[in-house]
Amino acid sequence: MTSQTSLRETESYNFAYLDEQTKRMLRRAILKALAVPGYQVPFASREMPMPYGWGTGGVQVSAACLTPEDRLKVIDQGADDTTNAVSIRKFFQRTAGVEVTEATTGATLIQTRHRIPETPLTEDQILVYQVPIPEPLRFLEPRETETRRMHALEEYGLMHVKLYEDIARHGEITNSYAWPVMAEGRYVMTPSPIPKFDNPKLSDNPAVQLFGAGREARIHALPPYTKVVSLDFEDHPFVASKADHACDICGSHESYLDEVITDDQGGRMFVCSDTDFCGTRSAALAAERG
Amino acid sequence: MNAPFTPSLSGGFAHPAHDAARAFRAAMQALARPGRIEPITGAAPPAPLSPAAGTLALVLLDQTTPVWLAPSHDTGDLRAWLTFHTAAPFTTPQAAMFVIGSWVAISPVSRFSIGTPDYPDRAATLIVEMPDLRAEGPRLTGPGIRDSARLSLPETAAFQANHALYPLGFDTFLTAGDRIAGLPRSTHVEEN
Repeated sequence: MTSQTSLRETESYNFAYLDEQTKRMLRRAILKALAVPGYQVPFASREMPMPYGWGTGGVQVSAACLTPEDRLKVIDQGADDTTNAVSIRKFFQRTAGVEVTEATTGATLIQTRHRIPETPLTEDQILVYQVPIPEPLRFLEPRETETRRMHALEEYGLMHVKLYEDIARHGEITNSYAWPVMAEGRYVMTPSPIPKFDNPKLSDNPAVQLFGAGREARIHALPPYTKVVSLDFEDHPFVASKADHACDICGSHESYLDEVITDDQGGRMFVCSDTDFCGTRSAALAAERG
Repeated sequence: MNAPFTPSLSGGFAHPAHDAARAFRAAMQALARPGRIEPITGAAPPAPLSPAAGTLALVLLDQTTPVWLAPSHDTGDLRAWLTFHTAAPFTTPQAAMFVIGSWVAISPVSRFSIGTPDYPDRAATLIVEMPDLRAEGPRLTGPGIRDSARLSLPETAAFQANHALYPLGFDTFLTAGDRIAGLPRSTHVEEN
């Protein structure tokens, strides 16, 4: 058994964990998703060695896209150091042997849960989203046969009624995340759910954006420079908002903030959700001060 | 096929997982960015199939993907090579998920599957063999293209008709030598 145990872990799996047959199926789905931006392509989702809800869709899409030369970054709500991000990063280190990084600028493939990095992406990058519910109409119409037909007929009245009822009841559209968008003027799609602050970054992005939903077995995509519009009304326009505060660590007014409860006396602080952005900015400021 | 070594057994990927991953990246970038011409290598198929088209076939084809070889590419050697390396079944133009051939040989392209309103992904993918690929000719706009791009398409009318069906329509890869370009149904094509 010594010869077996001395095998490096990357040699005891196929590259990037999945078998080649599965990757071919995923790759065909990804190409069709790119050809029809916003349309959800069904795929034969596999069981992964992690529970549904932990990014099994994103992991399968990443596995189909990774090359040995890639440098991988994984973020969970913007952070590189939370359990989900660390475990997925380690998974690909062990099964694909790829380099990893926490720097947005140094990554060629970024898998993300619920955020788009603050640092603008480039043409040399691929952003893979983990998606829990890919169907934006699902909470309005539970039947898959009906939502599929609604997409086919471009019948999105139900979504507009939902947004209108929000305004009638609450005075504004209440989504703070998962604000529905229209991809290239044809398909309403969910932005995975990212905070609405990130919605404008979906549009005209130089990077390839891929969305994987493992439990729901759907892949959708946005090619680079695709026009993505957040649904709204002329008299209630979409506004990308965030906490009206500066980051308590790096002082940024531009980045999306997490509110952190610090004690049970009502103490709290606001910090960047993007840990790489915050850390890089803090280090630069510290260097400036000497 | 009874000889111990036949040409159909050679010409596959040297390292299947790594070669397929690199080739898929090239194909994905080509289709995601219409007009961009990417190098794609790894396979050495028998003539008349180009290395680019052969590599793409090994990345995407398997026993679940019926393929139609147009008369320009329907040779015994190529059938044997594709069967050995991909196990893809051969079928008719109308039933094909993948179509391989020269533009003249696969025409008329209106007979290929364009998907259904409920499932627009169930559309054919054409792998069109070209004498060469250049970033000139018809003007392309749409998803994947910042302002506009140009690509030496074999013709424009068929791609305009295909785009008019959007979100239905076939998707096209153009291959020449070891280079590949993509033209999804979402691309708007104009004559100069």
